[in-house]
Amino acid sequence: MIRREGIINTLIFLSLPAVAGAALLLDEPFTITLATRAAILALAAVGLNLALGLGGLVSLGHAAFFGIGGYAMGILASHAQSYVPLIDTWIVIEGTKSMPVIWLVAVIASAFAALAIGALSLRTSGVYFIMITLAFGQMFYYFAISWPAYGGEDGLSIYVRNDFPGLNTLVPIQFFGLVFTILALVLWAMGRLAASPFGLALNAARQNAERVETVGLTPFRLRLVAFVISGAITGLAGALFADLNRFVSPSMFSWQMSGEFIVFIVLGGIGRLFGPVAGACLFVVLEHMLSGVSEFWLIYVGAILLLVVLFARGGLIGTLAGRAVAHD
Amino acid sequence: MTTLLLIEQVLNGLQSGIMLFLMAAGLTLIFGVMGLINLAHGSLYMVGAFAAAAVAGATGSFVLALMASLIAAAAAGAVIEMVVIRRLYDRDHLDQVLATFALILIFSEGTRWVFGSFPLYLDVPAALAGPVTLPGGILYPAYRLLIIVVGLAIAAGLFLLIARTRIGIQIRAGESDREMIGALGVDISRLYTIVFALGAALAGLAGALVGAIQSVQVGMGEPVLILAFVVIVIGGIGSIKGALVGALLVGLTDTLGGVLLPLAFGVFMDASTATAVGSALASMSIYILMAIVLLYRPTGLFGTV
Repeated sequence: MIRREGIINTLIFLSLPAVAGAALLLDEPFTITLATRAAILALAAVGLNLALGLGGLVSLGHAAFFGIGGYAMGILASHAQSYVPLIDTWIVIEGTKSMPVIWLVAVIASAFAALAIGALSLRTSGVYFIMITLAFGQMFYYFAISWPAYGGEDGLSIYVRNDFPGLNTLVPIQFFGLVFTILALVLWAMGRLAASPFGLALNAARQNAERVETVGLTPFRLRLVAFVISGAITGLAGALFADLNRFVSPSMFSWQMSGEFIVFIVLGGIGRLFGPVAGACLFVVLEHMLSGVSEFWLIYVGAILLLVVLFARGGLIGTLAGRAVAHD
Repeated sequence: MTTLLLIEQVLNGLQSGIMLFLMAAGLTLIFGVMGLINLAHGSLYMVGAFAAAAVAGATGSFVLALMASLIAAAAAGAVIEMVVIRRLYDRDHLDQVLATFALILIFSEGTRWVFGSFPLYLDVPAALAGPVTLPGGILYPAYRLLIIVVGLAIAAGLFLLIARTRIGIQIRAGESDREMIGALGVDISRLYTIVFALGAALAGLAGALVGAIQSVQVGMGEPVLILAFVVIVIGGIGSIKGALVGALLVGLTDTLGGVLLPLAFGVFMDASTATAVGSALASMSIYILMAIVLLYRPTGLFGTV
């Protein structure tokens, strides 16, 4: 069974570059953009999956980190685009159009936000944790709307995609390659992390916190570290998402976004490394197909989701690979 | 800022707090008795508002509209309880979150399908459209005053229902030990449906009452739902008293913060910066309130561990 899941994982993972490659041959740049979108959303959900799948922390506020990553890109690039320094009071900090710098800022900013939100929210658990993360996410949403300096409710448009050394990021397939490489690296790192002593301890803390405490580990600290890493990855995805659309707006902070990340994980199969990837791809495909069928396509997504939750526990990979390898 | 204006804002805060209480009371009851987190509670609020707007449009009667909101929301609540929610009681919170998130998508898009994307308007009845003069010469809209009175009356009725009636005894017993009351011959699944429909009716009524002040549109329920979560976190899950105190705290903080913070920053900043900083901070004020409560009482003001 494990081999079967491995084959399915490989197939799902390789379907992304296969679709993008085929679209390149057929000269369909929009499909490449769809594949890029799926890869970025998958990255965001892979981040959440560390907290949710491995740590058992149902965060309904991960859009906060996604949005912070997006705004890190938006703010830095808008200053570079208008040649107005970000800070010029004591020291001068210019905006930048360089992706690696933007990514670094996005990761650090969302990690700090995750540290603050996590330190408060992890004092509680269960339903409290869900409601509190949701509320903090909403706090960022309203802050982004009411803070007029960076577009307020209208958001920020960035006219040219940011630069990556050696690539022309405006060519869809090159940007896809970049995003896919990041996704692959993060998935590899997540696989290593899950098998590391930290990952094992985190997994154990989800299953039985008392026992973990008895052997001298602190569940709170394990969960906080996981929450921070998780937020940072989702923040990185946010920066990429903003670069894909060349636009950031408060909707990146919206709680529906947080809900969708959880949906990706569960559609794909919770607690599985490639679950979020499968879920995000499935969602983007559904979105693309159903939005052609009806203006009210979300009603079908709702119905499918309801059926998956009620009857097909284990998600896509669970249904294909069987339940024997589920982590719980 | 004059005292009169301040009193008016306090009344506005009370009014929004009372409406939040109607939402939060249902949520906290449902969580307390069934252990269920219901994200679709905001959809029931929306259902109530749309039912009221449709009936008011057809009959012109505001009283009929309010009754329609109660009936429609309670019926919608009872139906989703029997079809979907019932299967979720022994699932973990993640499944509950997802299934009720799916319900939101279905309700929102379904309503958009039936009523279209444009907001509907529910008019305040003519008799209540004008202001009334309160002691001290304060002019305050009669309708908003009525909302406060109605909300307080419902709160009192709810406390009586829980404390004095047979169904209230069953609800309280269900909160502390559901197997036991099942063993004593109480029809648990009927009790659950009743509690869920009661919570839904309260949410629907709140939607209709607020819908007459704001516009009735798809997605109106979710911002209120999230505020109601903040209320419950502050008040403590499962506590109706906590929901009332939390709702009033959140309503007052939100309303007064939006007015007072820009003024306070105006003392030492120029007007436009003060408005920007003040309103941005005001939008965060209730979450900061929630964070402070969490630091000192992680289970909320009236919560038990």
